[in-house]
Amino acid sequence: MATQTIPLALPVEATRLANGLRVVVSPDSTAPVVTVGVYYRIGFRLEPPGRSGFAHLFEHMMFQGSEHVPKMLHVRLVNASGGVLNGSTNYDYTNYYQAVPSNALERVLWLEADRMRALDVTEENLINQREVVKEEVRVNVLNRPYGGFPWLDLPPVAFRRWPNAHNFYGDFSDLDAATLDDVRSFFETYYVPANAVLVIVGDVEPEFAFSRAERYFGDIPARPAPQLPDVSEPAPNEERRGRVAERFGRLPGLAVGYYLPPRWSPEWCALVLADVALHGGAAARLYRDLVLDRQVALELEGGIQYPLGGPFDYDGPALLVTRLLCKPELAPEEVLAAYDGVIETFAAEGPSEDELTQVRTRLRADYLAGLEGGWGVPWFGRMHLLASFALFDGRPERVNEALDPLIAIGAEQVRAAVQKYLHPLNRAVVVREPEAHP
Amino acid sequence: MSAVIPALGPERPLTWPPRLVHRLPNGLQVVLVEVGQLPLVRFQLIVRSGEACLSPVRPGLAELTVSLLRSGTARRNRHQIDEDLRRLGASLSTTAEPDFSSIAVRGLSETVEPLLELLAELVRWPVFPAEEFERERRQVLEALRVERVTPAFLASERLRAVLFGSHPYAVIAPREADLQSYRSEDLVEFHRSAYTPVNALLLGVGKFRAGRVIEQVERILGDWHGQAPSAPGEPEAAPRRGRNIHLVHLPGTVQTHIAAGNTIVTRRHPDWIPLSVANALFGGAFHSRLVMNIREQKGYTYSPRSQLHPLRRAGYFRIDAAVRSEVVAATLAEIFYELDRLRAVAPERSEVEEAENYLAGVFSLGLASQRGLLSQLAMVYLHDLPEDYLETYRSRVRAVTPDDVLGVARRWLDSPHLAIVLVGDARLVGDQGALFGELTVWSAQGEPLSRSGGSVG
Repeated sequence: MATQTIPLALPVEATRLANGLRVVVSPDSTAPVVTVGVYYRIGFRLEPPGRSGFAHLFEHMMFQGSEHVPKMLHVRLVNASGGVLNGSTNYDYTNYYQAVPSNALERVLWLEADRMRALDVTEENLINQREVVKEEVRVNVLNRPYGGFPWLDLPPVAFRRWPNAHNFYGDFSDLDAATLDDVRSFFETYYVPANAVLVIVGDVEPEFAFSRAERYFGDIPARPAPQLPDVSEPAPNEERRGRVAERFGRLPGLAVGYYLPPRWSPEWCALVLADVALHGGAAARLYRDLVLDRQVALELEGGIQYPLGGPFDYDGPALLVTRLLCKPELAPEEVLAAYDGVIETFAAEGPSEDELTQVRTRLRADYLAGLEGGWGVPWFGRMHLLASFALFDGRPERVNEALDPLIAIGAEQVRAAVQKYLHPLNRAVVVREPEAHP
Repeated sequence: MSAVIPALGPERPLTWPPRLVHRLPNGLQVVLVEVGQLPLVRFQLIVRSGEACLSPVRPGLAELTVSLLRSGTARRNRHQIDEDLRRLGASLSTTAEPDFSSIAVRGLSETVEPLLELLAELVRWPVFPAEEFERERRQVLEALRVERVTPAFLASERLRAVLFGSHPYAVIAPREADLQSYRSEDLVEFHRSAYTPVNALLLGVGKFRAGRVIEQVERILGDWHGQAPSAPGEPEAAPRRGRNIHLVHLPGTVQTHIAAGNTIVTRRHPDWIPLSVANALFGGAFHSRLVMNIREQKGYTYSPRSQLHPLRRAGYFRIDAAVRSEVVAATLAEIFYELDRLRAVAPERSEVEEAENYLAGVFSLGLASQRGLLSQLAMVYLHDLPEDYLETYRSRVRAVTPDDVLGVARRWLDSPHLAIVLVGDARLVGDQGALFGELTVWSAQGEPLSRSGGSVG
């Protein structure tokens, strides 16, 4: 039995403005600080064909000026108010967020509203950010060992349709081809109030937050939310294999991605638990067996949508991913065979009751810690889950309920889901192969 | 919608939660803070001995020791420890820095006591099993080989070597030969001398009752005994003169990592806070001079930054930018322009105020998360800062004047004697480095390849 625990009861209040913008507020008086996020339901999955990397390049453009806010004034005002800010692009969302002392809340809402209403950028800005993005790709992918492994390597092998399978950081030729017209049209299509959610967490009264949201965002013209195309993938029923050259490291890398069933289906819930049993820390099956006991792998991590996200922040074809580095004296096929041994054992025996109890506890603790924490941004995790549940499930309140259907899963459900989904005919495997060095 | 930027509201008072500071009779210092809405706790046990405390220095030994604490105790083997952590919903992380070693756990409020018992067991009774030692050594060895082809690591390694010369702070990672020479007995010996209550600090933040936790700590750690280890010597003054350029040749790179810096003061020094303001407006914030120049105007780089790095007995200022290799000289020219401008002309009061608001505000963000608060507590107690450091930080930042910024820039941001490291492909970087001073070229393995002229055969 899972231990009896106090149910989660974070305060969540939500409303929708007349123009369609959803507003979610979750007060917390721990410190006089507020975290504000604006999430748009557009990510790199839906960037225009022939414009790989565009959603991310566009994210950069959102810092380049709007009607009343010249280039970089947004950044300056947030920094000068004592705050930090950033943005990121993912499969199905792009977010912009800032954490500031709470006396700067109205200023931040004004800034976010200005760029939601009227982005105003120039050719010069576009050229400048295109160069910045290329340096970003170099520093994060091209100029380091195992750059982009496996988050850029797996999708082209795993998926058949362009939205899921293309290079999300962008081919340089596609980045060069992007025009100011592309920027305008992307903005007009996707950056509309009805396609966004505004989340405010921290030192604020919900009533005040809603009234200020109305004041600053309320008169942004309503436009229809974009029609999102069908991005589903044909059922694979084969093992897909790929190889990518590793230019710096000498260890072969191995990445495995299993296709997942739809979110919140009972089998998906079971696989969330299986993921913790396989990848959740040093007690997890894969790490214990492959790194500690048999010592065929030197690093091993993984998870649903690893390393770009988690179980709750996507809406489309997705993978349960394992990433490992092989011992150099072993062939990747030998390591894969050892890996398969762990999965097969798990599929045959399922988790023990004791193991399942530990896994549930770990899942709950990690979930709570995610809600509590952030990387220099207070309540980043809470903001992120509220926005994700609002965007993808239409239910920000799910932040208090998400664990319930997961904790309720039993050992046999986990075993059956592992047997069905963690199967060689339901996966992609990529080897990151060291180039021969003189 | 109004075109007028909304003014800031009145600043809300900032109250640091009360700290329970307690010293056990055995010398263990304990600092506890009750904070948080969710039933979570974090504890960090720190010993004031790290990679730079052994003489002669034995790089990597403190790291091996702390990371193997979890590999077995007199009572539990590795698998039992891992499973018991999971049973408690806990995760554990370890690190060894130059001045200290740290073992940290995050867990649930409902199981504080068994979590503290497990933490204490790992710290007091590790056995360093031979097979675990060999496995870990192999993992560290392979991880190091990956680091040796990672530009950011090579830049840090060379910069620290240049800045700190023969002091232990000069070394950030072991050589393969160092690792091969260690025995598990070395870890036992390091543990015996360094992991003692009088040398340790236990920090805790979370949703708990501090009075209750103190009782548990006294019961669990009260009978821990040991002597203080001998203190390491002070770093010698580095008589580094001139602009030294060090190019680390990493074949096949498509970008060059620039790292540059000076030694400065410790965090206890009165110049630290004015230096923090100077750094924030120079390159420490997104909206800072360096970022606006080489990113937003020139597009040379994605994530340029400058930082102050505090060590217990020294400190250093560091600039980083990864740029495409053809603009190395152009970027260095802008770095020197911005540094020299900071040293030549006092900044406008408004720019200083914005930088001060930034530092004061970001400091207050730390209060809103357990991890943020824990790192602030660690900073205070590891650097022997005054008890009211957190409470008075914001007012001391706001007292800094433009002339103070100019003064510390002239004293410490010593551009005529800046140490410069470039990590890139020497064939692409060419002679760009040699334009700025005497050039030494190194291999990624740390061997000197040539001096001046900048050519690689």
